[in-house]
Amino acid sequence: MSEAPLLAVEHLVKYFPVRSGLFGKQRERVHAVDDISFTLGENETLGLVGESGCGKSTAGRTLLRLIEPTSGEVRFKGKNIFALPPGEGRRQRREMQIIFQDPFGSLNPRLTVERIVEEPLLTHKIGDRTERRERVADALSTVGLLPEHMTRFPHEFSGGQRQRIMIARALILRPKLIVADEPVSALDVSVQAQVLNLLNRLRREFGFACILISHDLGVIRYISHHVAVMYLGQIVESAPVAALYATPLHPYTRSLLSAVPIPDPRKKRQRIILTGDVPSPIHPPSGCRFHPRCPERMDICDKEDPAMRLEAEGHRVMCHLYTTGPVWAPDLPTPPNT
Amino acid sequence: MTDRWQRFKKSALFHDFKGDKVAIVSFATLVLLFICAFSAPLIAPYNPYDSANIDIMSSEIPPVWMAGGTNDYLLGTDAQGRDLLSTMIYGMRISIIIGICAVALQAVIGIIIGLIAGYYGGKLDGFFMRLADVQLSFSYLMVAIFVSAVLQAAVGVGRFAEIAVPFLIIVIGLAQWPQYARTVRASVLAEKKKEYVEAARVTGFGAHRIMWRHILPNCMSPILVLSTIQVANAVMSEAALSFLGLGMPVTRPSLGSLINAGFEYIFSGSWWITAFPGVLLVILVLAVNLLGDFLRDALNPKLYKG
Repeated sequence: MSEAPLLAVEHLVKYFPVRSGLFGKQRERVHAVDDISFTLGENETLGLVGESGCGKSTAGRTLLRLIEPTSGEVRFKGKNIFALPPGEGRRQRREMQIIFQDPFGSLNPRLTVERIVEEPLLTHKIGDRTERRERVADALSTVGLLPEHMTRFPHEFSGGQRQRIMIARALILRPKLIVADEPVSALDVSVQAQVLNLLNRLRREFGFACILISHDLGVIRYISHHVAVMYLGQIVESAPVAALYATPLHPYTRSLLSAVPIPDPRKKRQRIILTGDVPSPIHPPSGCRFHPRCPERMDICDKEDPAMRLEAEGHRVMCHLYTTGPVWAPDLPTPPNT
Repeated sequence: MTDRWQRFKKSALFHDFKGDKVAIVSFATLVLLFICAFSAPLIAPYNPYDSANIDIMSSEIPPVWMAGGTNDYLLGTDAQGRDLLSTMIYGMRISIIIGICAVALQAVIGIIIGLIAGYYGGKLDGFFMRLADVQLSFSYLMVAIFVSAVLQAAVGVGRFAEIAVPFLIIVIGLAQWPQYARTVRASVLAEKKKEYVEAARVTGFGAHRIMWRHILPNCMSPILVLSTIQVANAVMSEAALSFLGLGMPVTRPSLGSLINAGFEYIFSGSWWITAFPGVLLVILVLAVNLLGDFLRDALNPKLYKG
């Protein structure tokens, strides 16, 4: 690796305590994100895909410090964001923004569109009134809204338009990283493509990296460079988009891909039907977390944790089926005292 | 400003208001009563606070339409010879001022505590809500009797008359803040989960700004509805305290103390001293409550009327 990537996530862990019993004693914990690591270069889009409840949203929110992690490190431009002094932490927020799933809950219903988009500028005290107004109008026009929309309220817009407002708001500070948490899953299919195209065009235009969280493999494939598949809080496979869709290695990835609907009723294909439900993240299965549902389960699977192995260039997988590749680990910085 | 007015005229609230006769009548009644109360020195025929106008010889004159009534005193006079109409108008002013100020005090305390409890949650929330439970389990009458007894002993009955207004405001205000705190806390809990709050946190806003600028404006509907009911309650509480002799003195009577003052004369035939202030109090409280009912229905998105 020649230079430090924009974002490096190392051994990120988030457990939520489950309080139960008479005195609220903490007995158990939900393994929402359990030791995930990945890197993201500038201008890249990483697709984070998985079933609901696999921890993909928690991972995204932890990156933005909406949730404090249990342990692990997130380095943004080489600095661990959880160890920043408060002033610098604020400045750093300018460079990371989020787009939410629900375009009806993510815009404050009492503010005009102008105020909503202007707010980030106000927090960071950028520009005077006229300058801010110009930037807001500018941002709105880049997402395809008109200046006359500025004085309206969120409830006067459709879902797609609201998502555009959200994008304008996220973009106005010219961030280096945008976390898009299911940005299109609440939209009609016809509008989904528009919003995805817009995101992609803006990414090329303004140059920001993007983490796209979705359960929809079609959406991920459409604009991602790299895909990470999550299952029960862990990344089980991660590969460049072409490699993942052409040669999926992990049985879970294969079953996911086989479930993508194909709009051709005559086309025959092999479905891999998974049995059972996702196990509870409070008591994850022993060994490989996927073994109770895995069609290619072996004896070793429930006994030993599989190692993450690099099977091809940039293609890593965590499964006992693969034993040849070198064991992959995120390159941790050498501790200063050794 | 004109822009806001235009927007208000187009709003659903105004549309509902135009179609609701009860709301229009109660709103008009309230406006009329408020204008009367606050222009009391201009429209009242006499100044009841000016002892030069008071003649003990003209006490207990019946209303104009009864035998013995005169045109000088439309609704008759009270036991001290004050014009009842003027005294009522002045008394209503005191009642309204105490009611609104007490509610303002309740609202300030309740909103701050409710916001903090709802937003931060955890132990802070537990502490404030238990405090609210404790406060609600004290009857405000008990507190008022106790405090006024102590105060009257401490500053003397004469001085107490001067501080009666702030005393009533504080007692009624402190007694009822948990209503606000609970309402605000409940709506904060609902609003806090919405993503626009998280979006504000991502942009780097502090907790203060998020609470006051983002969450509070979205909790305004229940606060508005509660406020109307609380104003009516506060006016009633004030009347009750004054009726019990713990509130406004007879020299500066509120509606409650007027009712109380006339109570002794009912059986001597001077029923009007109690009856007219009583009717005015009922009209005032009823109008506020009906308007509150309308607001509750109009601002509740789950209740759509045809």
